[in-house]
Amino acid sequence: MTRDQGANAQQIETLSAQQLAAAVPDPIIIFDRRGTTRYANPAAISAFGHIPAGTMLTHKFRTPEMQKIIETALREMRPGALEYVERVPLERAFRVAVLPLEGTNLLMIHFKDQSETRRIDRMRADFIANASHELRTPLASISGFIETLRGPARNDEKARDSFLQIMQTQTSRMARLIDDLLSLSRIEMKPFARTGEKIDIGEIVASVVESLSHLARDLGVTVNFVPPQEKVLAPANRDELTQVLVNLLENACKYGQSGERVDVTIGQSSDGPAPEVVVTIRDYGPGIAEEHIPRITERFYRIDGETSRVKNGTGLGLAIVKHILTRHDGRLSVKSKLGEGASFTIHLPAQ
Amino acid sequence: MTSKHIVRAYDEELASLGNRIASMGGHAERMVEQSVAALINADAALARKVIADDAILDEGQRWIDDRAILLIARRQPMADDLREIIGTIRIAADLERVGDLGKSIAKRVVAVSDARQPIQLFRGLEALATLALTQLKQVLDVYASRSVEAISFMRDRDEEIDAMYTSLFRELLTYMMEDPRNISPCTHLLFCAKNIERIGDHATNIAETVYYVVTGEQLPPERPKEDKSHRVVLSADGDKA
Ligand SMILES: Nc1ncnc2c1ncn2[C@@H]1O[C@H](COP(=O)(O)OP(=O)(O)O)[C@@H](O)[C@H]1O
Ligand SMILES: [Mg+2]
Repeated sequence: MTRDQGANAQQIETLSAQQLAAAVPDPIIIFDRRGTTRYANPAAISAFGHIPAGTMLTHKFRTPEMQKIIETALREMRPGALEYVERVPLERAFRVAVLPLEGTNLLMIHFKDQSETRRIDRMRADFIANASHELRTPLASISGFIETLRGPARNDEKARDSFLQIMQTQTSRMARLIDDLLSLSRIEMKPFARTGEKIDIGEIVASVVESLSHLARDLGVTVNFVPPQEKVLAPANRDELTQVLVNLLENACKYGQSGERVDVTIGQSSDGPAPEVVVTIRDYGPGIAEEHIPRITERFYRIDGETSRVKNGTGLGLAIVKHILTRHDGRLSVKSKLGEGASFTIHLPAQ
Repeated sequence: MTSKHIVRAYDEELASLGNRIASMGGHAERMVEQSVAALINADAALARKVIADDAILDEGQRWIDDRAILLIARRQPMADDLREIIGTIRIAADLERVGDLGKSIAKRVVAVSDARQPIQLFRGLEALATLALTQLKQVLDVYASRSVEAISFMRDRDEEIDAMYTSLFRELLTYMMEDPRNISPCTHLLFCAKNIERIGDHATNIAETVYYVVTGEQLPPERPKEDKSHRVVLSADGDKA
């Protein structure tokens, strides 16, 4: 035996279960025969939130099936397995194993994340349902126009032009709808994972402001953005955050066009229990009536279907924003009064 | 019996009260979730299951009341334990009510599914239910972890639920005015929305109880509301069709 091997053998012998569990990327909780948590690994805390030592396992995992399997394992010191689904705040599914640790009075519970497979199935069904529902209206209108063009309006030069115009608008709306639906599905399908890599929020905001400068100019809107003095960092996915900002800034320019001005600000706040990075996009347009504010992040929710259609809306932009922020453990707050514009604020945890 | 044994048995009794609360909590969450799913998918079989499950919560509450009273009478617990025991009585009562509200939603499933409702209405209702369920989950998680710092968020959520409920209410009224045939199903949906909102209220009650149990103090009074604005705090996939 070489010296290295000797040292390794010794390390193996003193390696603690806790060290081992800490290194495993799947959530693992070690508990005693009373069902009390002794140790929750970092993956468990990231998946299920704070689980201090002393927490009763059945108090935290409360579904009737989970209660039963934990109780059986405790009583008989026998392994068990089941599927466990959490619906809120994000739907997640796990394959769970409860295992007694041989030679000890301890047990462990191990979670294997199955959300992705399930989510893909579910998304597929959702996508089809949504797409067919939302595409039916423009399709019906197009086929109505075709019928008219082949029949009563066959020889009407003027009607033909205007009908073709409408049909073109409808088809491009359908194309956009499919794009938005696809992008929503793509985001929802990607697994729920925080990498923790911090990125420069100011830089991303600046590049989004830049990339929408054409649209803003066309609409006659001035976007005011003063980059922050020092770097503002937060863990986030660059592409997803860009998408959030594009959707919000686009909305501010489109729906707030009449205000001719949009202010974008970045700040840091430590009001809440954890420090946050906040980005606010404020417009001076017509604003949003109070009763609509809680609803605008629902899929396909449009306050005024007509205006949104004219503005090329699909009603999916804010649903995408909401989903991305939820994945980031963040949130969106909306403030508005009719006639006084609207302000959309993104809150991202700074850590 | 040695005094150590007595203490041990007493601890077990206390712990079993807490365990029963957790199990009632799990059943209540499940009932709310399934009642709303039954409503949205017009699933009469699931609705029947929810209605039957209500008995579990009734039984749970009775059990806790009996045990808690016996425990107080026999052991004459000191302040901290007494708070804990009274807390379980109160939480059990709230959870039992949550079960009743879930059952009442389930009972309307058949009436609502007689006529197909606009899909947007269900989205709103589902989003409302997600808010209430999240609130219930969070407060029961705090009961488990005893980390009451997290509880201040409850109030924001409460406001959100109120705002969402008000918006849904108006929308339902609009549908009723548009077409008299909508009146009957929309009335049922209105009651369902009200029930979900009240589930949120019970979650808030539980939050107050948990805070009191853990700290021995009342949850500090509500901080001043942010002007006339609503928070759309993002929490969930409640917007799913
Ligand atoms: N800045 C804003 N001012 C006023 N209304 C807005 C604003 N942003 C969004 N809205 C409203 O919210 C609705 C949903 O927005 P969104 O999800 O981005 O969908 P879309 O823009 O595709 O219609 C819009 O149709 C619009 O009525
Ligand atoms: Mg938009």
